[in-house]
Amino acid sequence: MFRRFSHALIEKNLILLGVLTLITVSIGGLVQIVPLFAVETTIERVQGIRPYTPLELMGRNIFVREGCYTCHSQMIRPFRDEAERYGHYSLAAESMYDHPFQWGSKRTGPDLARVGGRYSDDWHAAHLRSPRAVVPESVMPPYAFLDRPLEYGDIQDHLRGQRAVGVPYTDAMIASARADLEAQAKPDEDPTAFSRRYARARQAAFDGNGRDITEMDALIAYLQMLGTLVKFGDVTPESVRQQ
Amino acid sequence: MPTKIEKDAVSGTLTTGHEWDGIKELNTPLPKWWLYVFYATIAFAAVWVVLYPALPIQGATGLTGWTARGAIEQEMAEHAERLEPRLAAIRDAAPQEILADPELRNFALAGGRVAFANNCAACHGAGGQGAQGGFPSLADDDWLWGGKLADIRQTIAHGIRNAEDEAARTTMMPRFLADGLLSAAQVNEVAEHVLSLSGRATDAAAARRGAAVFAENCSSCHGNDGRGSRELGAPDLADQIWLYGGDKAAVVQSVSYARAGVMPAWGGRLDPAVVNMLTVYVHSLGGGEPE
Repeated sequence: MFRRFSHALIEKNLILLGVLTLITVSIGGLVQIVPLFAVETTIERVQGIRPYTPLELMGRNIFVREGCYTCHSQMIRPFRDEAERYGHYSLAAESMYDHPFQWGSKRTGPDLARVGGRYSDDWHAAHLRSPRAVVPESVMPPYAFLDRPLEYGDIQDHLRGQRAVGVPYTDAMIASARADLEAQAKPDEDPTAFSRRYARARQAAFDGNGRDITEMDALIAYLQMLGTLVKFGDVTPESVRQQ
Repeated sequence: MPTKIEKDAVSGTLTTGHEWDGIKELNTPLPKWWLYVFYATIAFAAVWVVLYPALPIQGATGLTGWTARGAIEQEMAEHAERLEPRLAAIRDAAPQEILADPELRNFALAGGRVAFANNCAACHGAGGQGAQGGFPSLADDDWLWGGKLADIRQTIAHGIRNAEDEAARTTMMPRFLADGLLSAAQVNEVAEHVLSLSGRATDAAAARRGAAVFAENCSSCHGNDGRGSRELGAPDLADQIWLYGGDKAAVVQSVSYARAGVMPAWGGRLDPAVVNMLTVYVHSLGGGEPE
């Protein structure tokens, strides 16, 4: 009986071919999709993760606009060499508010997933303006043009847009987005209200000039918070494992 | 349309039955070795999905219980265990003791070189040469905060003027012009005086007037002779080494708006053994001072 089976039968019968193809493809789809119905979320909740502050969000937009991801990944893979160089491997939760995520796939420059706090604000400003002034062997292009005023008149719309795709910005956060953005970039302003909304957000004159808010301020604010939200002393694989 | 399947006279295999302009196609069966390798891969996959995370049973971990997180944890632990005897010795030793023991010293210098390249080179340069704009050279003997092992260790572990470590060194230079402490004319005079300390004043009269301004406003940190103070991190103004540039415009800028270089604290990021290795390595770059 088995020997009578012939591919010629399927190849000559278009409907049979279509039905069998559909069945075969469905198996692949089911294997990938069905398990997802069994879990509440694919992202483990981790203590400390918060949405970006308005200034960080604008900095992130600049990061995306300038295509930084084409040379810098933001994804520390779970290998020893990566963990020793960059720090703890990245958790899914650390990019849960990234729309779109910036994992990247190529490292012409170093990974940036945990670059926050590694260098001073001054270094970031000097390095972005003229990379080879501080790192002679660098091949990064200069971004001195970022010393221009940040356009943030539509900051509330940016937050609303993020909320539409699932980032939990509250009405209060959206209402005070403009004030929060200005408070973070000007170290002389009272940080109380701002810090209450965004835990562990640092307030500084990121580009060394506290008088006006530039794209440089926003980008450095974003870079300086990357990978700093989770305190890895408290987080173990067991504590974040889903049940 | 297939015409007729026939046995090829030369190879002895059947044809597919297709014919194009007199050209026929052989229906050669797959090689046996290929076919058996293919069946073997199917059998391998069947075993694999049971052993490794694939099937949604028992928490989807597979019979071996393998996870990517478990794998890296084990790998890190094994590596740490291999290094631990040496690292423990370096962790517990004072930096002087590391320097005194040739074996520990070699290990610390090799480890320190790698840790430096990864963490410090971005600001201080691949060879510790520093960069203009507030990134001091670590390869010379002109130290802001001292060049003894203990000084270097303190700086690496706690950093300078950062908000993350309470033990960070935090002295601040006043913004003499911006905060109205000096007039623009006085800033110009004191800048001339500062330049005169390294023999480069262009306006001798202004420099003389600036000496009084300097004595009143600057000497408490930078010293009467401008040689600086390591307790306060006040740079030596009488040498030719300039952190932010030594031309007049840069000096005027420094006096007017002050400078406040920031270094992160590495004590919370790196193993204390790595901090010790970095201490010994930086000390060895050229400017290390004896205890």
